Amino acid sequence: MSRVTPVTFPDNAAKALNDPELGKALRTASQVFSRKRQQAVDALPDWEQLRDQASAIKTHTLERLDHYLGMFAANAEAAGASIHWAIDARTACRIVSAIVQAGDGVVKSKSMTTEEIELNRALTASGAHPVETDLGEWIIQLADEPPSHIIAPAIHKTRRQVAQLFHERLGIQLTDDILELTAVARRTLRSHFKDADVGISGVNFAIAETGSIVIIENEGNARLTTSLPRVHVAVMGMEKVIPRLADLDTFFRILPRSGTGQSLTSYQSIITGPEARPDRDGPRALHIVVLDNGRSRMLSHATTRQALACIRCGACLNVCPVYQQIGGHAYGAVYAGPIGSVVTPQLEGLEKAHHLPFASTLCGACRDVCPVKIDIPRALVHLRTLVVEGSVDDSPQRGFGPKRFAARSWSWTMSAGWRYRLGARMARWIQRIRLFHILPGARRWATGRTGIRLADRSFREIWLAETRKEEGRGP
Amino acid sequence: MRVSLFVTCLVDQIRPSVGIATVQLLRRLGCEVFFNPEQTCCGQPAYTMGSQSECTKVAQRTIALLESEGADWIVIPSGSCAAMFHHYSHLFQDMEWRTRATRIINQTAELTSFLVDVLRVTDVHARFNGRITWHDACHGLHDLGIETEPRALLQHVAGLEVVEMEHGHACCGFGGAFSVTYPNVSTAIVDRKLDEIEAHQVDAVVSGDVGCLMQIGNRLRKRGSTVQTMHIAELLANAS
Repeated sequence: MSRVTPVTFPDNAAKALNDPELGKALRTASQVFSRKRQQAVDALPDWEQLRDQASAIKTHTLERLDHYLGMFAANAEAAGASIHWAIDARTACRIVSAIVQAGDGVVKSKSMTTEEIELNRALTASGAHPVETDLGEWIIQLADEPPSHIIAPAIHKTRRQVAQLFHERLGIQLTDDILELTAVARRTLRSHFKDADVGISGVNFAIAETGSIVIIENEGNARLTTSLPRVHVAVMGMEKVIPRLADLDTFFRILPRSGTGQSLTSYQSIITGPEARPDRDGPRALHIVVLDNGRSRMLSHATTRQALACIRCGACLNVCPVYQQIGGHAYGAVYAGPIGSVVTPQLEGLEKAHHLPFASTLCGACRDVCPVKIDIPRALVHLRTLVVEGSVDDSPQRGFGPKRFAARSWSWTMSAGWRYRLGARMARWIQRIRLFHILPGARRWATGRTGIRLADRSFREIWLAETRKEEGRGP
Repeated sequence: MRVSLFVTCLVDQIRPSVGIATVQLLRRLGCEVFFNPEQTCCGQPAYTMGSQSECTKVAQRTIALLESEGADWIVIPSGSCAAMFHHYSHLFQDMEWRTRATRIINQTAELTSFLVDVLRVTDVHARFNGRITWHDACHGLHDLGIETEPRALLQHVAGLEVVEMEHGHACCGFGGAFSVTYPNVSTAIVDRKLDEIEAHQVDAVVSGDVGCLMQIGNRLRKRGSTVQTMHIAELLANAS
């Protein structure tokens, strides 16, 4: 989690902008995703109602999260699962590392939450060799890179780059034939599955009334991860709980459509406890790790609480003009894009991530596609205010930083007609003596754009002159 | 109908011709237009900069000023500033100010929305000989849902050919302070749009917000392009 730092963001962004391969990969992927999403959404006449429903279920649950988490834990334990509560990433990693025995083969299915807590690093440190089995996750594991997209972790890589990577890491002949590359992945991963003792997964939904966990996917690797090894460890953020099994109906309709543009994913696994009957195959133990890691902090304010409704579909990334240009890695955090800029500062603290709420044009496209109707721009403005005005206890005291000073001078100028007019007159005078570039922001604006030019006469000057002329003429 | 013009600081200082065009257009449609020279700004710069307390001060002044005018409608030639008026409702904790803000919000309309949704006019008897493309400004589109209104108006302009962009809905990358905080990302975003604009060989890009037009226009000029930028008020004010 130490990757997030405001210092490197502008450099990261510049590097991404100068990477033509990345630009091509991002353009293609975001266009394909967005188009497919739109088609899938248009095919449903009641899309807006579904969004309202999903948002209502999430809001209802988050407002009674203690109740539903308690219900989920009790029912999961009744079904034979073990529940572990983890206050932070370190605790969660320690719990999982203790479950994995020395010499165990470990396979993993795709999970952003395990990326968030950097579980692979912790497991490796304790001597295990976890193998990612989602194709995209496996690719970035081979490349030793973090994911750059919530649902498509290797979205930043082109086919040629993957071919080169397989060639270098697996010693296979260089080929960019997709079928051949997939076959290699399949063969390699199958052998890992065969030898696995522990399977680690994430959780898309946790059902309070049944104590079940739900995982949706397309490659079948999560099904294998959660059924072949004798131990299954599921790591979930505490916000993943929903009240009833019947609520899945809503989420199964909106999540795949928003994420990949599918009407349904290829696999939906609903897992209730470990396999109890000795005559059947399946894991003998199910451990569910429930993670807080800053989520309680998000829960404490209505504006940021909304972000806990996120079902990690990635739709907001695909439509974000900033993400489309710089990709996920530039944000320097596990959760990239618009929702990442809301979540990361709250999980990691504003001190480390105060740049993220500002890395947005606030265009609002993310809010329009969000299947659970999170008002991302408003949450970003809320976080900006915390950064600049520091009005929440645990945020850094930036009350008198340059941004606050700028805002104060601005509001002072704008709070009286004469000060506004005087300010405008001074700016024009500065423009006339060709020193406009000394005004705040003017130089940065002029990098890549022609300079800003104030009109010779403002609208109000023209209006007043006209009005005077008309009055002079008389009725 | 008594219409108060909230001209916006960008129009006032950078592109006053938009204000003049708005007045001409509204008068042509029978509105009585007035303008209070004491007005300054909607408060958006402080809002997006992350200073809600400073924004609140300016918003209160603007609300009080507009209340004193007793207009039937307040018209703004900018979706972005009109959207900022809508944010007023969650800016205040105080119930009295919330109520006052709501009253002003209900009287406020962005220009194209005012013409089409309030005055119920789509043909304003305008003429413009040329080929243009329309850029949806984000706050009008995503915050206020303005999408069909400008298109309906443009459709009735004599001599006008409108080409729709594939990415007409996409953000231009301006984002207020964002344009100077991350200038290279900001211009990279607009470049994608400009590639499409240039490929369509239009005479002008038309939009409803001066912020977007500055971003698009100043980048176009930097790239050496001759494509013009126009506010929709400027285009519609051209009487046929």
